[in-house]
Amino acid sequence: MKALRPLFEAARDLTPIVLVILFFQELVLKQPIPNMEGILVGMLLVLLGLALFVRGLEIGLFPLGESMAFAFAKKGNVMWLLLFAFLLGFGTTVAEPALIAVAGKAAQVAAQAGVIDSTQAAMDAYANGLRMTVALSVGIAIVLGVLRILKGWPLHFCIIGGYFIVVVMTYFAPPEIIGIAYDSGGVTTSTITVPLVTALGVGLASSIRGRNPMLDGFGLIAFASLVPMIFVMVFGIVTT
Amino acid sequence: MSHLTLFLDTMLSTLRDVIPIAVVLLGFQLLVLRQKIAHPWRVFRGFVYALLGLALFLMGLQKAIFPLGEVMATQLTNPAFLYGELYQEGVTVITSIHWQDYAWVYVFAFSIGLATTLAEPSLIAVGMKAQQVSGGAISAWGLRLAVSLGVAVGVSLGCFRIVTGTDLWLYIVVAYVVVIFQTMWAPKMIIPLAYDSGGVTTSTVTVPLLAALGLGLAATIPGRSPLIDGFGLIAFASVFPIMSVMAYAQISRWQEQRRVSKVEEGG
Repeated sequence: MKALRPLFEAARDLTPIVLVILFFQELVLKQPIPNMEGILVGMLLVLLGLALFVRGLEIGLFPLGESMAFAFAKKGNVMWLLLFAFLLGFGTTVAEPALIAVAGKAAQVAAQAGVIDSTQAAMDAYANGLRMTVALSVGIAIVLGVLRILKGWPLHFCIIGGYFIVVVMTYFAPPEIIGIAYDSGGVTTSTITVPLVTALGVGLASSIRGRNPMLDGFGLIAFASLVPMIFVMVFGIVTT
Repeated sequence: MSHLTLFLDTMLSTLRDVIPIAVVLLGFQLLVLRQKIAHPWRVFRGFVYALLGLALFLMGLQKAIFPLGEVMATQLTNPAFLYGELYQEGVTVITSIHWQDYAWVYVFAFSIGLATTLAEPSLIAVGMKAQQVSGGAISAWGLRLAVSLGVAVGVSLGCFRIVTGTDLWLYIVVAYVVVIFQTMWAPKMIIPLAYDSGGVTTSTVTVPLLAALGLGLAATIPGRSPLIDGFGLIAFASVFPIMSVMAYAQISRWQEQRRVSKVEEGG
């Protein structure tokens, strides 16, 4: 029975999607559902996948993230920890397919707006530059977030300060880059990164004396979604 | 056969996504920390489960939900659906649009935002962790529901913005101001979690469907550019959960206080 629990939970999590699709297809659009068989197979895969993923979180990603955080705290070498934080942020972002897609699209927008030449080489260079900018900014974001946990700075000052910078930068940045900048904050945090980074933050906050895992442990993802917005707008200003 | 190649393709791209992380983790574990991990095989098995699970999940989405969701998004924004028999392709010219005409689009945006966020794997992860760390004071399900409601409201407002053509930054600035005020009043414990929820909502499930909806809207409404207006729905989906999670904490604190004061009156 215990092994079936994740399956039940996955089924519960997916039911709303099925209901929404059925409702709109049958009652609003009044159209038959195409390829019923393929959809059933697909739903079964989604169900199985979600249940497996959750099990993997419980026995793999969470324990590893935490045990590494404890080991770093015990070792007490801040430089290694910060380097680890940077590489984790940079490494997980630079290969992210969503980011590669967004960067490609952004290059097209920039070429149409006449910011860069419409040649393939110029567009590739622009897309690569943007990708590196975002990856670098996520690395820096995780470093800043880990520093915050170590120093115990209150999160809301950092984030509200960051938002303020975003708002000011929005005023100065070229209009074509703004939508992309806002979106790049969202695409950086992939499904494997989030549990690892969360476990790292919570693990660090629980192993350092005077830190509260609830108050100090969360917040790394907030940094990882905020800093790229600022960096991408800087990138937009520099390239025009 | 095509199932197998699709599966291998998804598996490979998931693997490529994970290799840099694995290199960093292993490198530090072996070269810097040099500490034995407890139950290494169990952890390894966990990684394989997570990878396999994610690949199956994505493959299933691509087979079942994305194609249908995208078709539905384009159909709902199609003038032929919106204006019924009054509209004839190539004959009718839409001169003015009323935001009320798009009622079904907002309802769809709301419900699909709610439903997909509930199934978002990274949000499930953060919810599990929050419940564990808070000792059950924050329930994983309550948090996920709060985030999903935030996404739902944000996305429908985002569609309204595309239809009316008002400036994106106006909404975002107002939203930030609301977030700042809420931060001053919300229970301290929830703030980091609320800020994190903004980042986790926009990954595997929600983004492709939202992008289809945004692009469909921007492409069919005269005077909107898919490039400028199509983007930006995701920004809405990241800010509104911050508000809804803080609101959830505020409401549960009020309920708690009311319960406490009632008990005191009774005793």
